[in-house]
Amino acid sequence: MSSPTTTDRMQVTLDVWRQKRATEPGRFATYALDDVSPDMSFLEMLDVLNEKLVARGEDPIAFDHDCREGICGSCSLVIDGVPHGTEQETTTCQLHMRRFKSGAHLTIEPFRARAFPVVKDLVVDRTAFDRVIAAGGYVSVNTGSAPAANAVLVSKDAADLAMDAAACIGCGACVAACPNGAAMLFVSAKVSHLALLPQGGPERDRRVLAMVEAMDAEGFGSCTNHFECGAACPKGISVENIARLNREFLRAALKTPAVARHKSSDD
Amino acid sequence: MTTITKLDPKVPSGPLAERWTRHKFDLKLVNPANRRKFHVLVVGSGLAGASAAASLSEMGYRVTCLCIQDSPRRAHSIAAQGGINAAKNYPNDGDSVFRLFYDTIKGGDFRARESNVHRLAEISTAIIDQCVAQGVPFAREYGGLLANRSFGGAQVSRTFYARGQTGQQLLLGAYSALMRQVGLGKLTLLPRREMLELVVVDGMARGIIARNLVTGEYERHAADAVLLCTGGYGNVFYLSTNAKNCNVTASWRAHKRGAFFANPCFTQIHPTCIPVSGSHQSKLTLMSESLRNDGRVWIPKQAADARAPGSIPEDERDYYLERKYPSFGNLVPRDVASRSAKEQCDQGRGVGPSKMSVYLDFRDAIARDGEAVIRAKYGNLFQMYERITGEDPYRVPMRMYPAVHYTMGGLWVDYNLESTVPGLFVLGEANFSDHGANRLGASALMQGLADGYFVVPATIAAHIAGRKLAAVKTDHPEFAAAENAARQRIQRILSMKGQRSADSIHRELGLTLWNQCGMARSAAGLRAAVTKIRALRSEFWENLRVPGEPNELNPTLEHAGRVADFLEFAELLVTDALTREESCGGHFREEHQTPEGEAQRNDAEFCHASAWEYQGDGQPEALHKEPLAFEVVKPSTRSYK
Ligand SMILES: Cc1cc2nc3c(=O)[nH]c(=O)nc-3n(C[C@H](O)[C@H](O)[C@H](O)COP(=O)(O)OP(=O)(O)OC[C@H]3O[C@@H](n4cnc5c(N)ncnc54)[C@H](O)[C@@H]3O)c2cc1C
Ligand code: FES
Repeated sequence: MSSPTTTDRMQVTLDVWRQKRATEPGRFATYALDDVSPDMSFLEMLDVLNEKLVARGEDPIAFDHDCREGICGSCSLVIDGVPHGTEQETTTCQLHMRRFKSGAHLTIEPFRARAFPVVKDLVVDRTAFDRVIAAGGYVSVNTGSAPAANAVLVSKDAADLAMDAAACIGCGACVAACPNGAAMLFVSAKVSHLALLPQGGPERDRRVLAMVEAMDAEGFGSCTNHFECGAACPKGISVENIARLNREFLRAALKTPAVARHKSSDD
Repeated sequence: MTTITKLDPKVPSGPLAERWTRHKFDLKLVNPANRRKFHVLVVGSGLAGASAAASLSEMGYRVTCLCIQDSPRRAHSIAAQGGINAAKNYPNDGDSVFRLFYDTIKGGDFRARESNVHRLAEISTAIIDQCVAQGVPFAREYGGLLANRSFGGAQVSRTFYARGQTGQQLLLGAYSALMRQVGLGKLTLLPRREMLELVVVDGMARGIIARNLVTGEYERHAADAVLLCTGGYGNVFYLSTNAKNCNVTASWRAHKRGAFFANPCFTQIHPTCIPVSGSHQSKLTLMSESLRNDGRVWIPKQAADARAPGSIPEDERDYYLERKYPSFGNLVPRDVASRSAKEQCDQGRGVGPSKMSVYLDFRDAIARDGEAVIRAKYGNLFQMYERITGEDPYRVPMRMYPAVHYTMGGLWVDYNLESTVPGLFVLGEANFSDHGANRLGASALMQGLADGYFVVPATIAAHIAGRKLAAVKTDHPEFAAAENAARQRIQRILSMKGQRSADSIHRELGLTLWNQCGMARSAAGLRAAVTKIRALRSEFWENLRVPGEPNELNPTLEHAGRVADFLEFAELLVTDALTREESCGGHFREEHQTPEGEAQRNDAEFCHASAWEYQGDGQPEALHKEPLAFEVVKPSTRSYK
């Protein structure tokens, strides 16, 4: 048995997007590293580069990250043109350098989409997602007013399907992968999660209409069935959710007169 | 160091089980129409912060919620895996509020306040109701009812879970409640903000200074009450299972403005984490406690045995947990399992490239149950392990080593969760309240949500309705002074232009604490740690290099500010460990062990919470003791032999 933990060092060359702030133009800068361990995660490789930049008095590369376990949805790079890189169902923070060959030349860019403006270097502004959730991605239940947990039965199948959709980490890779910058996979995951559960029933129509309206207002593009989103999703969220979103939307739009849709909530 | 006692825990009187109900009745109420006149600042959007902010906003208070991440949904709580406890007794296996209370008190090694813990157990069931109503997709049985599983330290199944992503689903539930209030225009959300100072006016917490992390601007926020929901300080060790942004800054700055810090030495080290693979390591990954149900822990009998695990014959393996603790075997509690792993590795019998790990072997379980059964139970964990290490745990035993995971210590709070600064409430992992010297699995999520959904929405009235709150605006001189302090610190950090990065100093600090104040602590080691910490602190303030500017997104600068606070806080942590001359829970003093090497508590002298009061820079802190009275559960010695 060969131990995969090796002391071999890899070399990589990186073309990294550098942009001081949203209002200044960006450009690629090239960096070479020759002491990369195959056991490093992709972000640890960038940590090493940043330590070198600090030592040289240069500005380190800014990138979002937090949990480094593939669950918080903070990390967000486009690696060689693919959000989170080419390894299936893996966030950038879970990607390890042993997946690359020594001598590789990689391009690292921020997620690019009209609704995700660049903040600095590889950091983008994804608050549009929060505003879409604020428009309706919830069940209206004030603290203290909940019925007993087992009072409402939920079939195991429905709970499992809802969980599949609820596993979305909100990273935005779907938007970055879509040629139109659409947020259909993200929105459909939340709409599906709540539409599949009885708890989400009473607000089902209002929710889908409000979220789709907010999605359009945020400047996300429309879906033309490329399904790049599903391929890029690090959590394997199914594009079947998009079909469900379309059905939910149609159902709600047919039932709800246009005026009612614009009425804001009353709490 | 003086020892004075002036802490009032405000524990209600009467029978334990009636205290919370009675207290709620005795609390003053704030008229619904008046609530909008009061502004509450919630710092943090994890389980504690998001649940508190949403609930208070629903009640009618004006709420502003700040967090470091770009979205409140990314708070560290998102990473919790295993589950959340509640005394629902759905499996009919003898659980009750009293049993959950009892298990938590005992699991905490008799160093928590009985009244608080009983309240936590009482509230636990309402949390599950609330989360289900929000649409949290908990695991279900075929009949449509909620499913449960078991966790360490309990003999009943009371843990609710959503696959291996319970924290994610609970946080998304609280986040959706929070965003609903934002959508309704009732709550102001300020992401990418870091609290740098607490503002105290006339002895009360009346606001904070925050830095906008994108523009670098300083912001003054005035309020009638401030809630710190800023999480734990595990990252003082540099390597931990915590998310990278976890810090002690908000708690520490509040501490320096008068909030006492309690039991900082009570830290939890989780036995099963993926070991360090090199000096580049940036964080550690937890592997769920549940693996020890089927995995067997062993190391080669012979030190420095270089053979591959598969070629080490059965009689040359030491299943040391099974040998040392025949009745609990591989399922001893976290503190015991962690210490044993360290002991074996320190004797030179560890495995892996660094020799700092032990095997967790599924060979026998796979032979017994078949690979499919093991895959169904642990497939996602095995995949995560494979991704990080490049090794296939179905063929080769996992390699595990303990890692810092959770901090039981935190800002001291009374029964209302109010700190020693009136108007400053502390919720979730940031307070010291419920877990004593050791936390049981699946109890942190429960506590964060209990604090945020149910406790503070009731107890905040004691402050709001019970005290006279003069109008305070952000042009008050205290705001100017606090902002100035924050500005100067950042300017000083940027002006040094030395040689060392904040990250390298943080790593050195972490290693010092890990070696001297980790799983085993001794007076000599702790004293050496104090010297080292002071040296690192001088190094930091003389030789730091932070590039970039103050008025832009500058993650290196943010990190440096947090390291500065860790460097101060670390000395208090070590001092607390030095002062507590006993072993209890996660705090193991080598001088205080039984002849068999087990922890030896000293109830006669240390049955108290240690609450430290800041006395000025460079001054020793003052120690206050809150005696812990065990009226209901009699302290006993834990044994797992
Ligand atoms: C890997 C892992 C698995 C776990 N699994 C479980 C489990 O299965 N069951 C269980 O019960 N517990 C578990 N825990 C523990 C549990 O997750 C945490 O204790 C809990 O989530 C903490 O919640 P919190 O709301 O107190 O803080 P956090 O979730 O840490 O939130 C802190 C918030 O404060 C903000 N903040 C911090 N500092 C500042 C500042 N200076 N200014 C502004 N904002 C600030 C952050 O942005 C964040 O929003 C686990 C922990 C880890 C590390
Ligand atoms: S850093 Fe959290 S998902 Fe990558």
